[in-house]
Amino acid sequence: MAKSKSAYSVPGKIGKIERHIIVVWVDNEAGVLARIAGLFSGRGYNIESLAVAEVDKKKHISRITIVTEGTPQVIEQINLQLKKLVPVHKVADFKRGEKDILFRELALFKILGNSKKIEKVKKICKKFNPVVLDKTNKSVVIQVTALRAEIDKLALDLKSLGLISTSRTGAVAMTKGPKIFN
Amino acid sequence: MPKLLSGAEIVFKALEDQKVEYIFGYPGGAVLPIYDELKNHKSIKHILARHEQGAGHSAEGYARSSGKPGVLLVTSGPGATNAVTALTDAYMDSVPLVCISGQVPTHLIGTDAFQECDTTGITRPCTKHNWLVKDVNDLSRVLHLAFEVATTGRPGPVLVDIPKDIQFKKGKYKFFKNTLKKKLNGKAARKIPNTELDKFIDLIKKSSKPIFYTGGGVINSGPEASKYLRELVSLTGFPITSTLQGLGAYPGDDPQFLGMLGMHGTYEANNAMHDCDLMINIGARFDDRITGKVDEFSPRSKKIHVDIDPSSIGKNIKVDLAIVSDVTELLKSLIKRFKEKNKNFVNSNKQKTSKWWEQIEKWREKKSLNFINSDKIIKPQHAVQRLYELTKTQDTFITTEVGQHQMWAAQHYKFNKPNRWMTSGGLGTMGYGLPAAIGVQIANPGKLVVDIAGEASVLMTMQEMSTAVQYRLPIKIFILNNEYMGMVRQWQELLHEKNYSESYTAALPDFVKLAESYGCVGIRAKTPDELDEKIKEMINIDKPVIFDCVVDKAENCFPMIPSGKPHNQMLLGPEEEEEISDEGKILV
Repeated sequence: MAKSKSAYSVPGKIGKIERHIIVVWVDNEAGVLARIAGLFSGRGYNIESLAVAEVDKKKHISRITIVTEGTPQVIEQINLQLKKLVPVHKVADFKRGEKDILFRELALFKILGNSKKIEKVKKICKKFNPVVLDKTNKSVVIQVTALRAEIDKLALDLKSLGLISTSRTGAVAMTKGPKIFN
Repeated sequence: MPKLLSGAEIVFKALEDQKVEYIFGYPGGAVLPIYDELKNHKSIKHILARHEQGAGHSAEGYARSSGKPGVLLVTSGPGATNAVTALTDAYMDSVPLVCISGQVPTHLIGTDAFQECDTTGITRPCTKHNWLVKDVNDLSRVLHLAFEVATTGRPGPVLVDIPKDIQFKKGKYKFFKNTLKKKLNGKAARKIPNTELDKFIDLIKKSSKPIFYTGGGVINSGPEASKYLRELVSLTGFPITSTLQGLGAYPGDDPQFLGMLGMHGTYEANNAMHDCDLMINIGARFDDRITGKVDEFSPRSKKIHVDIDPSSIGKNIKVDLAIVSDVTELLKSLIKRFKEKNKNFVNSNKQKTSKWWEQIEKWREKKSLNFINSDKIIKPQHAVQRLYELTKTQDTFITTEVGQHQMWAAQHYKFNKPNRWMTSGGLGTMGYGLPAAIGVQIANPGKLVVDIAGEASVLMTMQEMSTAVQYRLPIKIFILNNEYMGMVRQWQELLHEKNYSESYTAALPDFVKLAESYGCVGIRAKTPDELDEKIKEMINIDKPVIFDCVVDKAENCFPMIPSGKPHNQMLLGPEEEEEISDEGKILV
């Protein structure tokens, strides 16, 4: 490696990368998503997936769920930087794999094929709450809800069965039991 | 029913209620209704800059020397984009600014109209928050919130973008207060728990090699903070060093003060930072110019970090005790708690830290700020020293540009009070000092305001001399003229085999004649013999002055920590430079 000719310091050790799910409650106002996304891009953080929708119509509060990766130090910074934004009300942070948290993603698959093939598709999807949203004699649109990795695998398996289009949401999250985020 | 006001009237009503006395700005198509309203508000004086960047830095200088927010008024499009450098500068150095920008009428937004730009989009990453006001009835709430966001917590710039039709529309006005309360972002009003204070005091008591490392947070917290800091430092008898932005919070000529730390800090300050067993960081942010190589930064110390911004803590350096607080609040409670329990601390502690002080004295003996003076040519360090000696008896305000002269000013000018030192540290904006001096002079009429400048930096915003002349602001522009972008030249010498690529300015203006053409006074000093007389002449002129101080072209700024090196491996001067290995040079 070429020696540094820089007036900046050389990088130090890099910590272990972890995947986190960060939930942010924000005022649903113009530009708020750009502020969140801009914070991530401006500071070089990752967004793996993003899900946003208004959850309180009266107070105009949106709940944003972000899946991200980073060292513990970076994850801490993401949390602290998010909390500084004026339209942000609160921030919750979960490590992937935490037991008390539920995660779900939703996917729509469009598959071409005869009824025999489609039966096969339904069978493969059985574990993931499949709902047939549209059916013709040549095609089917099927909805599943599952974890990210499960949907990844499903999409791969369906490829040979005539999968021609996939649409997916980002992950959403909720705590188990009567407890809520605070 | 309350009287309806136009958007432009609401702007001024809000400024009046916020007790704004000065706005810095530049008119244009999209802010004309606001400018039209100016005449009806005698308590607010508008300072017409020559460029929006200049207006922005002036507002910064005003804010930093007065403790009040600076207000900036610019038009849409180029007016707003020109203000971006000043906003970013204020963001990096935590300066409270409220920028009001005009915008094209709402029905034209998004159509690429004349002088349209996405102002809130462009300024989103360089403001604490910004707003595009699309309803005149939102305007008073947004304006007051803007002042609150700018001045609370860690201060910073905000921007309010007001489309032209909203400036004409009639709406309701209301004075809103403290809408931000819900946020930690606001002034940390929480009481600091005694457990945290006791931990703090316990660390102080256990330490035998302590150091205070203080920064701009002390200045931003207000003059009270400096008072308490002096009390705490004297109570403990510990040594103290300061960042570039913190200079003046503690007296520069006090024996407990080790001088500035960091890349061009003193030998004693940096070595003490490296070898200490307790580092007490108050209002500083472990910036990369301070820490150098993070892995080797002060390896054996316990670290306490006091900061009002939670995201500053643990960002670069892990600490043992983190306290999110305003500096004044923390120091006040800490001193109270400390005094209750430790009446004779200094005496009992003297012995514990005596070896540490002996070591510090040894480092001090290196006299790392020394330089080889000359009787033929003016050394830039000598010029700053003379300026200090000849101005120290009066309350002097110093601004700087960015580069070698800035470091020499920080090293050789001793500050005894907060808010007397205005320099662009975080962003490092060349061209900051001259317009900043204008803002400082406005906030401090009758006081001596000197911009210690480099000839390259000062040319970036030289047009603002015209502003100084217009408002009869007797600022002194003290140029250390070496015809080079000195810091660039120094790095090229040390890092790039003396390939002085584009760092020499082959055609400079005659600064004396330039001064005259602006209608101010030009003075030139070429030899050490005439320097004192000329500086005295400058001080005594009640007009703006450009002082062309012709200095040694090849002088380098020492001491320095070569990048990639820990604090205890400083280069002290050119003699040592010859001795370091090729490998060492590369790492600078």
